[in-house]
Amino acid sequence: MKAAVDALLRKELRLELRAPQAVPAMALFSVTTLVVFHFALQRGQVEGDLASGVLWVTLLFAAMLGTSRLFVADHEEGGLDGFLLAPVDRTALLVAKALAMFAFLAIVELVAVPAFALLLLGPTPDASALAQLVLVLALADAGVAVTGTLVAALAVQTRARDLLVPLLALPLLMPVVIAAAKGTTPLLAAAGTGDVGARWLVILGLYDLVFGLIAYAVFDFLVED
Amino acid sequence: MLYGTRLRALAIATAVTLTAGFGLAFFYAPMDADQGFMQKIFYVHVPMAIVTLGGFVFAGIMAIKHLRTREAKYDLRAYVAIHLSLVLGAGVLITGSIWAKASWGHWWVWEEPTLVSYLVVFLLYATYQPLRFSIEDPERQARYASVFAVIAGAFVPLNFLAVRLAETYTHPRVFATSDGGLPAKMQFPFLVCLIGMAALFVTLWKYEMASKHTSSQLRSLRRKLAGDDAVAPQGRSAAPSLGTSS
Amino acid sequence: MTDALPDNTGYVAAAYLVFFALVLIYVIIMAAKLQRFERELSELNDLADERLLADDRDSADDFEAVRR
Repeated sequence: MKAAVDALLRKELRLELRAPQAVPAMALFSVTTLVVFHFALQRGQVEGDLASGVLWVTLLFAAMLGTSRLFVADHEEGGLDGFLLAPVDRTALLVAKALAMFAFLAIVELVAVPAFALLLLGPTPDASALAQLVLVLALADAGVAVTGTLVAALAVQTRARDLLVPLLALPLLMPVVIAAAKGTTPLLAAAGTGDVGARWLVILGLYDLVFGLIAYAVFDFLVED
Repeated sequence: MLYGTRLRALAIATAVTLTAGFGLAFFYAPMDADQGFMQKIFYVHVPMAIVTLGGFVFAGIMAIKHLRTREAKYDLRAYVAIHLSLVLGAGVLITGSIWAKASWGHWWVWEEPTLVSYLVVFLLYATYQPLRFSIEDPERQARYASVFAVIAGAFVPLNFLAVRLAETYTHPRVFATSDGGLPAKMQFPFLVCLIGMAALFVTLWKYEMASKHTSSQLRSLRRKLAGDDAVAPQGRSAAPSLGTSS
Repeated sequence: MTDALPDNTGYVAAAYLVFFALVLIYVIIMAAKLQRFERELSELNDLADERLLADDRDSADDFEAVRR
């Protein structure tokens, strides 16, 4: 199974490297969204809970953009059928796609978070706050990746997949939004940064675990044919 | 299997229990110290909420059975349960909004975590029907719908936990009586209302199951008597069909 | 009842009315479906009667033919 995941993951990353579609689009989208926020909020700087909100909405919507495309190429060009013929555990596809999504999100955040700090963030977070921010980002990305992969697999066979993915994914991701936003608020505060509350990390971790298990249990039913 | 068995007795039991429950709520339960008369909304709003959430979980269980056995009847049971829970769920949100307006002056309050969680769950399950409708192949439609019902069913408790933890420290609860710290004279009417509401759900569910079963039997009968041409083709639909076998 | 009665009765009544309205809507929809079932069933019954009549006629013709 590990070999299958490796092979699939390498394929995903190589495809994206050769013909970059999702990652540049998501990165560009997040920067543009930050500009939109500037005009929509009519502010030059945000901090604290507002900063946290702006950051997470931007990342979330960029993720929705990328998620819709996750299985499209496989579905349209027969890669999925090819995979089904191979004598591998179906969940290898789930793991590979989720890991790929996680990698894409990480790359997008490498662009989006500095852009956010440059354009809109008032206070400059210190090293410890930055480290905790990375932790929250990692946990949240894992949740978005798992749920996104599940929803993308569900929606790829439908007729209205671009509409359905955000519609299904956003309610499911609500706990991630709640915990991530609340968690990063003290990290981006102006007057003396605080620490991430442990409870938010616990919620994120729990979400990742629960949805990881559900995805593992249910994925086979989505790709059989 | 016949769904209409004992339906009349169930309906009567529902009517009796609900009437008794509401009667107790208004004439036996004491007036709430903080909220006064408007707290009585609690006796219709909360039982409905609990029952609909139970309906969603029931649908998830039926969905698991469907995925295991591939029998269409489980898919239909899940479909009807979710449909019914959504309709009553709209009622939960409306009565919750009325309660918020009465006690807080606004038609919506973010400070009540259970109501907010409920909204998220409602929005999620509202996508069930569009999802079904967008998949044409009936077997795949049923399968994907079941997968969705399982995911959503597992999501419900997680969501409530997350929202609860997010709100507790920032704002006081608006509907404090829904905590379970209820005086005994309120607990009893609440229990009766809850049982009545659950009985109502089961009654309506059986009604709808019997109705769907009947229409598929009629189709099959028509096909047998008048030949395949007399039966209009079913076209795209979000609802599962039982087929002629069951 | 206390002084809260005049202010809040409207809201409480509205909430319970919403509940009853939902149940009533269900009853109405069920009634409509029942009407449709009754009509369809009587159509099918007529169809079955026609079929039986045709069978009788057919077998009567055969009987006639054999008799001649």
